[in-house]
Amino acid sequence: MYLKNLSAFRSAVLFSVCIITIGAEPMPVFSHGFAGARFFPATLATDDPFVANELSLPTFQAIRQPGDQPTKTFDLSADVALKLTPNFGIEIGDGYQFQKAVGSNLHTGFDNLKVGSKYQFLVNAEHETILSLGVDAEIGGTGTQAIGVDRFSTIVPGFFFGKGFGDLPDSLWILRPFALTGQVGVSFPTGSNVGGERVPDNLEWGFALEYSLIYLQGQVKDIGLRAPFDRLISLVEFPMETPLNRDGTPTTGTINPGVIWSGKYFQIGVEAVIPINRHTGNNVGVLAQLHFYLDDLIPQIFGKPLFGR
Amino acid sequence: MSPYLRSLLLAFVLWGTASVSWAHAFLDHAEPAVGSQVHDPPAQVKIWFTERLEPALSKIQVFDSSGKQVDKRDVQADKTDAALLSVSLPALQRGKYKVVWRVVSVDTHVTTGNFAFEVTR
Repeated sequence: MYLKNLSAFRSAVLFSVCIITIGAEPMPVFSHGFAGARFFPATLATDDPFVANELSLPTFQAIRQPGDQPTKTFDLSADVALKLTPNFGIEIGDGYQFQKAVGSNLHTGFDNLKVGSKYQFLVNAEHETILSLGVDAEIGGTGTQAIGVDRFSTIVPGFFFGKGFGDLPDSLWILRPFALTGQVGVSFPTGSNVGGERVPDNLEWGFALEYSLIYLQGQVKDIGLRAPFDRLISLVEFPMETPLNRDGTPTTGTINPGVIWSGKYFQIGVEAVIPINRHTGNNVGVLAQLHFYLDDLIPQIFGKPLFGR
Repeated sequence: MSPYLRSLLLAFVLWGTASVSWAHAFLDHAEPAVGSQVHDPPAQVKIWFTERLEPALSKIQVFDSSGKQVDKRDVQADKTDAALLSVSLPALQRGKYKVVWRVVSVDTHVTTGNFAFEVTR
């Protein structure tokens, strides 16, 4: 039944794509991931500040969760972001999880549905800076109870930023390919006490430090890199969560060193997931993602926002 | 890895790296090279991009260290290579120069960039 619906949905999308492609005329647009000469890739573990037409399909994460019964978790998820106006966009995502606890059967099921919106209120080309505000929400009870999804919803208003260091003086040319993106927000659960367990508000914060060989090669110094190495961006991400009340645990999070290869239509990223403490976990996991640039892939449809130019 | 998965992966790689494409135009390489020092003053700045360009909407400008535009303002696309853009230069003096470009690829995506080179003679 599910596959049948999926097939029908895919046919409808393809049909729509064909119709719009025939009728659409291209017009000049600026697109996602750029602030002046700086191209920012989509980060894997922390949210980036851009409003964009993008599709992450799939994102794969494997990690061993801590607890009385350590659990191996594999999560496959998809996320699509659409640009409604030049500065405002929405996104929706979901995942399917496989859980195997020690001495227990395999549990599988859908994660809770996640939706979000973002408004970028500043883009400064000269200083390669972008700032945006957004709200994300996890809708409680929309996932499968067997994998322990929350029955309550969580709302996360947040601030997002991106800054490239291409404006550093020439004497620091080796540092100019660096860039920093990040997010700060507070998660508010709609239930503060679930089954006798207190659910805290959390400070959701994180950042990604990137070094772009694309930028080095094209804007700073041609050091002779050729494909595929001239399209690499190495990065370290730090997704963190700090409980603010209700006897929450200490800060949890991971340090994710990795690399992104950015092509014409998509990027591929892979990161190690290293827990920062025993509350987060004891084992190193892996995070990988195939991410499509919809505005490059189908510019006749996604090359401009739904409303406005 | 299964043959099916391997084929799928290969298809993605070929698709993503295909030379004939519609996407953002990045600088591929330039003459003089990005960040280079050249002994003899170049007669032109040539930039090869990763995509075919709309020449009427694309430009290259060259500035000296005082910020004065020094190129001959005759940007032109190559007749046989739609991804190559060039601008002529007068006889440059010794010094540092900044190249600023703004191009529109054939699918109308706009990209910008800049780089420096130095004439040492």
